[in-house]
Amino acid sequence: MGQLFGHATQRMDRYGDDSGSIVQTRVTNVINQVLNWGRANSVWYLLFGLACCAIELMQTGGPRGDLERFGSAPRPSPRSSDLIIVAGTLTYKMALRVKRLYDQMSEPKYVISMGSCSNCGGLFQYAYSVCKGVDQIIPVDVYVPGCPPRPEALLEGLLKIQEQIKSERYLQERYGIA
Amino acid sequence: MSEIVFANPQDDEMVLNMGPHHPSTHGVLRFVIHTDGEVIRKAYPDVGYLHRSIEKIGERCTYPGYMPYTDRVDYLAAMFANEVWAAACEKLMDIGVPKRAQYLRVISCELNRIASHMISLGAMAMDVGAVTPFPYALREREFINDFIEELCGARLTYNYHRIGGVSFDMPAGWREKVLAWIDHFLPTMDEFDRLITNNEIYVRRLANVAVITAEEAVSHGLVGPNLRASGFDWDLRRDRAYSVYPELEFEVPLGRGARGTVGDCWDRFWVRVEECRQSAKLVRQALQKIDEHPEGDVQGELPRKMRPTGEAYVRIESARGDMGCYVVGDGKDECYRARFRTGSFNSLAVIEDKSEGLYIADLVAFIASLDIVAPEIDR
Amino acid sequence: MKQQEIFERLHAKHGGAVTDFQAGAKDPWCKVDPARLVEVCRTLRDDPELDMKFLENLTGVDYPKTNEIAVVYHFTSYGKRHDFCMKAMLDREDPSVETLSGLWQCARYNERECYDLLGVIFEGHPDLRRVLLPDDWEGYPLRKDFTEKDDYHGIPTVRPNPIDLFAIKAKGKA
Repeated sequence: MGQLFGHATQRMDRYGDDSGSIVQTRVTNVINQVLNWGRANSVWYLLFGLACCAIELMQTGGPRGDLERFGSAPRPSPRSSDLIIVAGTLTYKMALRVKRLYDQMSEPKYVISMGSCSNCGGLFQYAYSVCKGVDQIIPVDVYVPGCPPRPEALLEGLLKIQEQIKSERYLQERYGIA
Repeated sequence: MSEIVFANPQDDEMVLNMGPHHPSTHGVLRFVIHTDGEVIRKAYPDVGYLHRSIEKIGERCTYPGYMPYTDRVDYLAAMFANEVWAAACEKLMDIGVPKRAQYLRVISCELNRIASHMISLGAMAMDVGAVTPFPYALREREFINDFIEELCGARLTYNYHRIGGVSFDMPAGWREKVLAWIDHFLPTMDEFDRLITNNEIYVRRLANVAVITAEEAVSHGLVGPNLRASGFDWDLRRDRAYSVYPELEFEVPLGRGARGTVGDCWDRFWVRVEECRQSAKLVRQALQKIDEHPEGDVQGELPRKMRPTGEAYVRIESARGDMGCYVVGDGKDECYRARFRTGSFNSLAVIEDKSEGLYIADLVAFIASLDIVAPEIDR
Repeated sequence: MKQQEIFERLHAKHGGAVTDFQAGAKDPWCKVDPARLVEVCRTLRDDPELDMKFLENLTGVDYPKTNEIAVVYHFTSYGKRHDFCMKAMLDREDPSVETLSGLWQCARYNERECYDLLGVIFEGHPDLRRVLLPDDWEGYPLRKDFTEKDDYHGIPTVRPNPIDLFAIKAKGKA
């Protein structure tokens, strides 16, 4: 069972270990902050709407919710997006395609699981064709509960991703600079 | 499509894969398109990416407890799916619905029809390339979402109707807000017309594309706005009237081929625009007539235990056409078989038959004009 | 026309092909002999008094107790404003019936769905494949004796309890 959810724990390993220099220079700190500020305010998301949550995703990108004021533009292709918002029910037929799309995204990539169906299967627990949660396929960073979640809830999920990005030690992970 | 056979290696035929993830907002559909350059020879639909086994789940749910699942049968027009399940159970168990509840059903359903058509029109314009009408449509839809949220608590999957009535009565002041909004909405539809419906580029993209004649539409089982756009005059609200529609006046828009041929994509667009206007007028009339019935009387008499035997088939006019529900009971708490017959499922055969000779861009416009949503196909 | 009159008209023309008219049901229906389905349906469509141009619903119901699968057909006439329901009762071990795709185009996908979910073979269908489930799915889910497998291509079909899930994730991280 551990192997099945092993990829879900990869996410927790991305902060790396601190062996090496504990003291970071001010310069790398400031560069980290600047880089993270830029990355967090331009998280482009992949339009991956599957079911009812897709309509709420569209409404969040619409005139009132306005996801784009946080810098998040919708992208049709996984190659040019940082974030995949899995909105809707995942079926077994679709699960193989989700894995392929996730693999096509380039690092660093983040996943928001929007709605009950992609969190855990939702109200389709007794369905024979529904995958019980998208984290059985790809690792998830933020779970947004709701059926469907309000646009404000999805915005909160995006803000959590931004917080996560801002707290990353980007230079260390990417380039090994202390 | 598990194997591809090249009949003639010298041929220029390509096999393209469109979907299941593509930017068009009609849900997860996949088309395997055999093309010769830009011209399509055959487009095979491949569906089932949203098959959530709602019908099988019905076999372990009680009759009232199944209502949230019916929302997911067609999430854009969830009130209609609620109503068809409630009507099927009421027919099966001989339960009466009070008049006020029927008026509330009509009001909520017609508001939902406008909301569904807004997404359909906006998405169709976006597929053709015009991105601006979509936020206009979403803005109107946000207002409707607010009203329905005040009425029943949810923005998208309502679970509002109950077997024997509806769950809540109108809150105080709701009626005035909706009437004020309708006064704002009808000029907005005129603005929408000026923006996109009669736009020359839009008309050229859609007129004379994928013409479906009335006989073909009937044989293929197309229903609702798709059928009416082909010139066939049939609307369940008028011709086999149910609920309180006999007391309300409205017109049924028919495709006339005003900018092209009868039954082309532009007609299907235009019929939906006109239906939005008629729905707004229906809501206004219903809100004025609802006061004749006592306030608070929104739930009929229910039996103590719901264990019916027999079967019933009920059809209503949903935003996507004739939605039918076939329910079989065998004397237990759970129903024996629940089946939803939806309008989008039959549209797949039309796409397969009519796709020959279209350009790939026309195929996108054709799929959008049929107003297909994936949950109706896959259930 | 009332359903009783429709039944009598069919009975007059096709005799024993239509039997067992349930007049007392909420939606009166009759049984049809599966071997003579297409000729009865052709009358329903082409007879000017019946004029059932719309095959509204085609679905199947599984009755394991009587060892039968019923394929249910609902027809509607736009011109005459009436409708009719027929059931073809098939043997559960080997359900097969003729296809109606020659008469109504909308039968094609509905019959594919009936095959996919219940296993009914429609003879003469131009393209009988699975439509809603993956091509390599085993079993017919809408049958009452369908059991779910433990996994599909390595994806487990059951999600553990959230409390157990924390323990699993912690163990995987360690």
